[in-house]
Amino acid sequence: MTDQAQLLPGTLDLLILKAVSLGPLHGYGVLLRIGQITDSALLIEQGALYPALFRLVRQRLLKASWGVSDNNRRAKFYELTAAGRKRFREETEGWNRLATAMTAALAARAEEI
Amino acid sequence: MNIFRRSQVAKETEEELLSHIQLRADDLERSGLERAEAERRARIELGGRERYKEECYEAMGSNFFESLVQDVRLALRVLRKSPGFTFAAVITLALAIGANAVVFGIMDGLLLRTVNVPQWESLWGTMAGENTTWHSYPNYVDMRDRNHSFEALAAFNMVFVGLDTGKDPSVANGFATSGNYFDVLRIQPYLGQFFHASDEHGRNSAPFVVLSYAYWHSRFQGDPSVVGRVVGLNKHPFTIVGVAPPGFQGTLLFGSPEFYMPIVNQDQVSTEGLLNARGTDHGIFEVLGHLKPGVTPAQATADLNRVGAYLETTYPREVGHGTASLAHEGLTSFERPAEAFIAGLMLLAGLILLAACANLGSLFAAHAADRSREVALRLALGSSRRRILRQLLTEAMLISLVGGAAGLWVSVVLLSRLSKWQPFPGISVHIPVSPDARLYLVALVLALISGFLFGIVPVRQVLRANPYEVVKAGSTGRLGRRMTVRDLLLVIQIAICAVLVTSSLVAVRGLARSLHGNYGFDPRNTMLAATNLSMAGYSMDKVPAMQKRMIDAIQTVPGVEHAGLVSDYPPLVLTAGTRENVFKAETTDLRNSNAAANPYRYEISPGYFGAAGTSLLAGRAFDWHDGKDAPPVVVVNRDFAGKMFGSVMNAVGSYYKLQDGRRVQVVGVVEDGKYQSITEDQQPAMFLPFMQSPASASFLIVRSHRDPQQLAAAMRTNLHQLDSGLPVDTKTWNELLAVVLFPSRVATMSLGVMGMMGAMLSVTGIFGMAAYSVSKRLRELGIRVALGAQRIEVLQAVLGRTVKLLAVGSGIGLLLGILATKVLAYIVYQATPRDPLVLTGVVLAMALLGLVATWIPAQRALSVDPMMLLREE
Repeated sequence: MTDQAQLLPGTLDLLILKAVSLGPLHGYGVLLRIGQITDSALLIEQGALYPALFRLVRQRLLKASWGVSDNNRRAKFYELTAAGRKRFREETEGWNRLATAMTAALAARAEEI
Repeated sequence: MNIFRRSQVAKETEEELLSHIQLRADDLERSGLERAEAERRARIELGGRERYKEECYEAMGSNFFESLVQDVRLALRVLRKSPGFTFAAVITLALAIGANAVVFGIMDGLLLRTVNVPQWESLWGTMAGENTTWHSYPNYVDMRDRNHSFEALAAFNMVFVGLDTGKDPSVANGFATSGNYFDVLRIQPYLGQFFHASDEHGRNSAPFVVLSYAYWHSRFQGDPSVVGRVVGLNKHPFTIVGVAPPGFQGTLLFGSPEFYMPIVNQDQVSTEGLLNARGTDHGIFEVLGHLKPGVTPAQATADLNRVGAYLETTYPREVGHGTASLAHEGLTSFERPAEAFIAGLMLLAGLILLAACANLGSLFAAHAADRSREVALRLALGSSRRRILRQLLTEAMLISLVGGAAGLWVSVVLLSRLSKWQPFPGISVHIPVSPDARLYLVALVLALISGFLFGIVPVRQVLRANPYEVVKAGSTGRLGRRMTVRDLLLVIQIAICAVLVTSSLVAVRGLARSLHGNYGFDPRNTMLAATNLSMAGYSMDKVPAMQKRMIDAIQTVPGVEHAGLVSDYPPLVLTAGTRENVFKAETTDLRNSNAAANPYRYEISPGYFGAAGTSLLAGRAFDWHDGKDAPPVVVVNRDFAGKMFGSVMNAVGSYYKLQDGRRVQVVGVVEDGKYQSITEDQQPAMFLPFMQSPASASFLIVRSHRDPQQLAAAMRTNLHQLDSGLPVDTKTWNELLAVVLFPSRVATMSLGVMGMMGAMLSVTGIFGMAAYSVSKRLRELGIRVALGAQRIEVLQAVLGRTVKLLAVGSGIGLLLGILATKVLAYIVYQATPRDPLVLTGVVLAMALLGLVATWIPAQRALSVDPMMLLREE
């Protein structure tokens, strides 16, 4: 577990949007999905997920409704709204730009300058 | 409600977190753990449930009401910490909103709902055009029967009678109304019944009286057994049939009648024979009625004018129709001037509110600047700018609501006093203003708008605030550009105040001018005695002889220098005036359109001009030989002489024709004067000998330097010796002029009040600015003084800017005031600010205000002790 990376501030929201964009999920499902798509490389406190979900609901990026899980447990399911989908696209682009720039910057060597 | 929502969110969060634990436990169980152990592990993995619940709640965003309560609490704390600021702001707003609410209340009362009857919205009265003569009963009957626009048309006329209950005959004013009057107005009697159209069977067929509620109380002590009692109106028996409801004050805005009688009986109380005369223009006062559903006022006007045109072609000699128009019943012919007056007032009140907002805006900006450290700290601690702005706006709103409530309270008090106001002794006036929901709404909206206006002034300041800079440098840093917003606000405010001061000075000058204007008579040292011989039962043929005996009796009163008599009303009394068409001597077809002029007509006795103080320019006045059988003669004013005959000299000895076809010879010309209102343009007037056209109602006019009270008593005694049953009403001409001067007085008073408020606002504004700049720069001043600055230099440094702004603002205001002459002219007679006295007055007033406002800050700046200040920091 020690080789898990700390989350950068603000990236949790984007991860949640990504996870939910693949299909409606309940809170625990979001955690599992993030673990699955990041190969469990990121450390996420389970409880910290919920304030983030609430914030996204308030920003009307997600919508929530109660339903029943695969193993017949009552759970609250989240899915993207239209605004959420739009925000997800924008944030993804932004992140890609940042990541490309950071990677390029960090790869620079003395002789290239 | 907050608590409810909070627990709701908490419950849902709890449920969701529990569901998470169950799902996680399911997974753990599947990987081989015991159920109990799996749940324990799941719980631990989730972490502090209460903490996350709290975070979830916060993530939901705080509730509007919750943060409102927080904001209000904080605002109250802040405001309590600076009571001076709060007090100044609340008072300023209370004044401004109070002024606006009062003006709105007046507008509401005078223009929006003038008559207290059901469905007043569709009730319209006709307003005759200039110089029309169709206000007669026969014309009303034609109008009523031939129009297609009104459900029914009623008419009324004003009558003054001697009302005799058997003990004390006294004068009462009433309405002679068409039989359908109360039915058209859709009101029900308070007691007994009303008379109806079905009671009318021709002339003098319906001797009934309905009392007004107020008169029933004052004259009959509210005795319910009056219904059925017979009273004498000018000695004719009339039966009291009912009492009108308390809220009903007749259909005239300013005069409330004491009783109502059928108009078909009006000839019993007037000696003129009005009922069947088509040519008269005082057989009725107004007609009114509800429009049929779907008929617009414009269509109704066209319809009435169609009937009018018919009447004019059918009776060319009697009817000159002009064009009629419709107005909401109550004000009718007063509506346009009243509208203009109120519009002007609203404009000024709006300006006051604007000035107050500018004033408060700069106060708030200063306040916010003083708090920049606090704001910076809150920003640094992570508060959002939006939250801080909301906080500031909450403070502004709080102040505006409190100020608005205070202003509303003041206006309610003022309006209720206004509605009870009786400006003229002996003449009943009701001003139907009563605060209602609309007034409260207007005050609330004004308060919110102004709170928003002055609340957003410091917004830019806060948005630009950089927490690091402010915390580092403290709040004493250069204020820089920030000052310019406040400068601008101060200039705006001073300019508005200068406009208000200008207008109030203009109004005062206008009033002074109309008070000392030339009326064509001299109201000083006069005593007037009003009598109506028909009230004492005199028949028309006995009237002139009795009136001559009255003049003789008055002349024997010691101290009387001149005595004369004028029929009906003297000039400028109760805005009464009779006009009549006159024709060139050679005109034979005396139809309206052939009239050469439409002068005021007065019937006077010999000695009238001496008593009135009207000077004779040429020819002679009347003497007692100009009696019934003498050749018909007339005296005209200069304007009449000029219009009809070209000059005063040509006029004397010339002839012209009266409406009734009599040829009269001009024997004298007198000076011009005012006849119906102070503000009228110069009008022609003619004076006929009273013995040649007698009338029972008259005013005796006496000129004397004796003490007015003794004189009046002596006159009454002498008249009562002639006939003890004759009601006599004595007043000086100046007292009666009060009615005619009333509009100018009211205008001057309201403009004066507005000007005072403007002055107060500018004083507080300048004071605030000066005091603030002194307190901000005390340290700098201390250093200057320590370095040897002179007093004058200190003052210049600290107040130079304020004085400059004051000068600029006053200049702009004065300019605007001059440009606003037209607006002022609506309100004040002969308003012109292009008057050296007014201009000097405004400049002096503004300078004085500036001096007053900067006095205390200047003293503070001068008393700066450098040592103290330097030690303090």
